[in-house]
This record gives sequence, C-alpha cells and structure tokens, in this order.
Amino acid sequence: MTEIPQPHPENLTPIDRSHMQVSDEEAIEIVGMNKWFGQFHVLRDIDLTVYRGERIVICGPSGSGKSTLIRCINALEEHQKGKIVVDGTELSSNLRNIDTIRSEVGMVFQHFNLFPHLTILENCTLAPIWVRKTPKKEAEETAMHFLTKVKIPEQAHKYPGQLSGGQQQRVAIARSLCMRPKIMLFDEPTSALDPEMIKEVLDTMIELAEEGMTMLVVTHEMGFARQVANRVIFMDQGQIVEQNEPEAFFGNPQNERTKLFLSQILGH
Amino acid sequence: MSDTHAQAAQLAFVRTETIPPAPPPVAEAGIVKWLRENLFSSVGNTLLTLVSLWAIWWVLSATMPWIFNGVWNADSLRECREILDGATGACWAVIRERWTQLLFGVTYPADSYWRPTLAFVLLFVALAPVLFPKAPRNLLPFTAIYPFLAYFLVWGGSVWVPVMAAAGFVVGYLVFQRLVAQSFAMGFFGAIAAALVFWSLSGLVTPTLTAIAPVTLEAVPSRDMGGFMLNLILGTVCVSLSLPIGIALALGRQSDMPIIKWICVIFIEFIRGVPLITLLFVANVVLAYFLPPNSTFDLILRVIIMITMFASAYIAEVVRGGLAALPKGQYEAAAALGLDYPQAMRLIILPQALKISIPGIVNVAVGLFKDTTLVSVIAMFDLVGMIRGPILASTEWNGVYWELFGFAAALFFVVCYGISQYSQWLERQLQTERR
Ligand SMILES: Nc1ncnc2c1ncn2[C@@H]1O[C@H](COP(=O)(O)OP(=O)(O)O)[C@@H](O)[C@H]1O
Ligand SMILES: [Mg+2]
Repeated sequence: MTEIPQPHPENLTPIDRSHMQVSDEEAIEIVGMNKWFGQFHVLRDIDLTVYRGERIVICGPSGSGKSTLIRCINALEEHQKGKIVVDGTELSSNLRNIDTIRSEVGMVFQHFNLFPHLTILENCTLAPIWVRKTPKKEAEETAMHFLTKVKIPEQAHKYPGQLSGGQQQRVAIARSLCMRPKIMLFDEPTSALDPEMIKEVLDTMIELAEEGMTMLVVTHEMGFARQVANRVIFMDQGQIVEQNEPEAFFGNPQNERTKLFLSQILGH
Repeated sequence: MSDTHAQAAQLAFVRTETIPPAPPPVAEAGIVKWLRENLFSSVGNTLLTLVSLWAIWWVLSATMPWIFNGVWNADSLRECREILDGATGACWAVIRERWTQLLFGVTYPADSYWRPTLAFVLLFVALAPVLFPKAPRNLLPFTAIYPFLAYFLVWGGSVWVPVMAAAGFVVGYLVFQRLVAQSFAMGFFGAIAAALVFWSLSGLVTPTLTAIAPVTLEAVPSRDMGGFMLNLILGTVCVSLSLPIGIALALGRQSDMPIIKWICVIFIEFIRGVPLITLLFVANVVLAYFLPPNSTFDLILRVIIMITMFASAYIAEVVRGGLAALPKGQYEAAAALGLDYPQAMRLIILPQALKISIPGIVNVAVGLFKDTTLVSVIAMFDLVGMIRGPILASTEWNGVYWELFGFAAALFFVVCYGISQYSQWLERQLQTERR
C-alpha cells in the first residue's frame, strides 16, 4: 500500500468544539439525484443527507461535479431526476420555493462575486433590505456586526475593487451571513487566493464552524478538512465514491481512486 | 577565517532603518521644454509642426474676416452686399431677421413663443435629478409631471387632456401594484388594459371638465411646430422613450421564453436593417392608409413612433453588449442571495450593464438627435427644413447658404458636444472599480 502523507493542521488556529454539535435533524436530503448537461451525465445517483451542525468537506478531481452538486442545492443548477429537500422544502420548479430556499442558504463562490458598483456595506445590506424587507438602519447594523466578525468593519465604505482578494472573500462570507442563513455552501472559497490570504479566509470559516453553522465546503485544503469537518466526501466522475470521518478518510482510505487522489494532492 | 566566509559576511545584509518616502524628482519644467519635446523633437516633427501651423493660419485667415466682418443689420442679401461693398463678410443679418422662424417655425403663434421657451427652461429642471445624483431628490415628482406640463405648454388646448393622460398612468400603476403580487405579466397587462379603459372613458368627461374649469392655452396643431424647437421635441421625446424600450428589448432578447425572445430578435433585426428615412416615409404616407380617414393621429406622433423604434433597436444592441460583458457570477450571486429576476436586474445587472453601455447609448442619442433633421424630407419644417424651405426660397435671402447651415451646425454642435461631455463626466462618476 502506498504511504498517504497526512495533512498538517498544526499551523491552523486551535479550535473550540463546544458548540460544534451535530443534531439528528435533517438540513438537506438528497435522494437518487441525477443531473445532465445536455447528453453529459454530470451527477449520477447522488444520495446525501446532511444533518444540522454538520461540516462536510467535498473533494475530488477537477470536473468531478463538486460545484454542480452544491449548486443544485440552491437551484443555481436544475436537477433532472431525484429529490432535493432543503430545510424541509422540496426543490421544484416552483419559483417561490426556490427564492425561499435561496434566502435560507448562503453561498460563497470561488471568485467572490461581490457587486463592484456597490460599497461593501451596500453589498451586505442589499439582500436583507430587498428580500427580507429589513429596515435599512437595522440591515446596516447587522452588516456592521458581520463585517466586524470577519474583521473588516473599517472597509465598509470602500468598493470591492479596493480590497485584497482575501478581504473580498471575507466580505462575501459576511454578505451571506447577513441573510442569517441556516446552511452555508462554499465552492472552493480559497482557490483563487494568494497563499498568504488563504489563512484569513479559513480562519473566518473555522469561526463559523465553531458557532455550529451547517456547512458544505468544496475545498482542497485538507488541513481544514481534517480539523473542522465531521465528514469528508470524495467525488469522482459525478459520483460519491467515498465518505467518512476525517480521521478514517485520511488515515485509511478504502477506494483506490481516493488513495490516488489523496496521494496526489497531499504528496509534493 | 576563510576567504569565502569573509565574503559571505560582507554580502549578508540586515536593514536597520527604514528609508523615509521622498517626493519624485521634479522634472525640468516650462513651456520651452514642452515645445521642444512635443513639437520640435526631430526634423520630421519640426516640419510637420510648421506645415500644421501654416494650415491653421490658412483656414483662420480665410474664415475669421468672413465671420467677424459679418453684417448683422440688413433686410435682404442684396442689402448685405451693398453694406459690405465688395469686402469679405458674412451676412449674419439673416439669422437675426429670421431668428424666431429658425427656432419655432413659420406658423407657431408669435404671442405664444414664451410657452416652448418656458418648456425648454423647465426641461433642465426636470432632467437635473435624473442626470445628476447630487441634484435635490425632491425634484423627481416634477420630473414625473414634466412630460405632461411640457405637452400642455407646447401644444396648448385644455389642461384636462394632459391631466387625464397623467391620471391614466397613475391608474395603470395602481392596478399594476395590485396585480403584480399574482404575477408580473398579470400586473403588466392589467395595468395597460386599465390605463386604456381609463383614457377612453376620460375622452368623454374631458369636454365637461373643460366647461367647468376652463384652464386652456391657445391650441397649436402639430403641423404648426417647426424650427429647432421641432428637433428638440423629437430628440428629447425619442431619446427618453427609446432608452427604456431599448433596455426592455435587450432583456427580452436574453429571455428564456422563446416567444418573447423571437419577437425581440425579429423587431431589432428588422428595424436595424431598414434606413430611417424609409421608416419616416412609412410614417408619412403608408401609415395614413391604415388609419381611418380624417383620423387625428398626428404626423409628429407618427414620426416620434418611427424614430423611437429605430433608436430603441440600436440601444437594445448596445445594452445587450453591456449585459454580455457582465460575468455570469454576478447573476449567480444575485440569485444565490434570493433576489428575484426584476430585483436582480434592477439592482445588480442593469446598473453595471448600463454603465458599460454609456458610450454606446450616447452615441445612439447623439446620432438620433442629428437624424431628427431627416424629417425635413417628409415636408416637416424643422431647423433644416426651415432653412431649405421658407428661408432660402424667399426672395430676400436666396443664396445665404453658409451662414444658415453654419448656424444650424453650430446649434447641433452645442447640444451634441454637451451630451458627449456629460456622458464622459458620468462615466468618471461611476468609476468605482478604480476609485
Ligand atoms: N453549464 C455547463 N454546461 C455544460 N457542462 C458543464 C457546465 N458546467 C459544468 N459542466 C461540466 O460538468 C462537469 C462537472 O463540473 P463541475 O461541477 O464544475 O466540476 P468541479 O467543480 O468538480 O470541478 C465538468 O466536466 C464540466 O465541464
Ligand atoms: Mg468547481
């Protein structure tokens, strides 16, 4: 058997696990879900149940369908077969359902996708004001609260273009949090960042995990996975190939493809 | 101690103090340096400079005496020539003598000139809150009533006609508010239907209202409009109508609904494939066949419809370019936050797409404004129509081409240059990425 190098979580901040409890309440239930892009079968028979408070890391080679999977959860992509239930609401083509689900599920993108024509504060207050109908003043207070949490309250009146990548990604996280979502989805949140900025974003995500947020994170930061996740999922060719607790996942991967992937991503 | 060790010790370096920031060196300054660097840096450059200077002098020496030696007081070209007595000089007297005709046309009642003039001045008040973010917001209600007020001022007649027209919009809006909760299409078509019903009913009560409260101005029929006023009316009305229609067409062209998409595509492609002048002839002649005889569907309205259709097709394509330039992530981020389609468009997509489209939109607007002179071809007496028709055809001023067309060019230049400067200012204002 090839020796799998292990991720090193030592250089990450130690974390407080007192609030990180997984309940037996279902946050997301995916049953027999399939998706095609034209003739191309991207996702095949996905079954996945996510319980409240879980921190799930999804990894896998590029093109394996990780992004597509989490984008199906908030209906940025439409699935063609099977069932997705988010927070008790089934995703159907009913637009009203979709908007409800989207406002309960926060999403952070690889390329931040901040709105460049709005200030940081306006980026954060826009959805609460227009979707939740929160009064402007209250929305601004909430926004400042979360901007303080991601440690950039002083940037509130700047525009996204004036911030570094790491700062922009933290704003994107704060913007999602302002909607007080029950579930957060992250699609490779650090892979567009320079190395020195990765840590500040991961620290923010760790803090979120410590507060008990339900998180689905597509990432190749295996240190983060080992330290924060309670479950790691490996996907390949549109299928969930293996899932396990991080200890077992990294220590004793079962599938050959998982082993190959881990040795590629961890071995240098 | 070995040699290499000593060398390494010399190479090793630790900075102990920070160098304070210093201003950049002041470059050699002065006009002489600028001249030398930009105009006389080489033999070729020097030669070019001299040739250009000569060309400028040649143009100015030919035109300046003509312009400044011009005659302002005369009643005919012949009188001008007598005054000049062989010297070079323009006959500006024509502009002075035909001033009101150039601005308002021949038939607009002279004692009512103040009305379009007032409408023109108020136009700036109405535009201010739209064009300048810093202008007081409480002018916006005035902007909303301005179109009706301007109509009343320019066309005159009973005040109840524009009031009822405005009320129709209010009724439509209220119905829209009621029904939009069910679906956008429902609200949209419900509003149109309600407004149409209201307008047809209001046609019955307007005479009564006028009898009760006779607030009227002398009515001026459309065929009496002329001069630069006509260009301004057509320009402002068509630009302000074609912008929203163009945006709607651009969005429709992107739509997932095939019917809407194809209607927009066909409209845009058809209109862009036809010269404006043919559309104007259609407005002038062909439309008349489809209308009931003696119908009051007036010519200006028909021309406005045609120019608006023409310009909105172009604006649609400009806006489509802006929409295409936005990264897909902007749509996704808006959707992921739970914004619905109208909100995402209004708050996220259009502000950015329109900003990108400003130069293109201004290009269309400036072109449209100049194209309003084409109406002279269908026997409307706009500024160019006035010059070509009544003024040049008159016995007094037959042959004063340069002065009149120069004046027309100058008027158009002022307006178009103003629009262009405004758009550049606006682009700088909206520059958030690199601010
Ligand atoms: N909009 C799309 N249309 C067609 N194919 C797509 C689209 N989006 C993604 N794909 C394809 O689906 C596969 C999975 O993509 P993705 O979910 O982005 O993978 P990952 O995030 O794991 O790298 C890839 O082969 C990709 O080329
Ligand atoms: Mg991806």
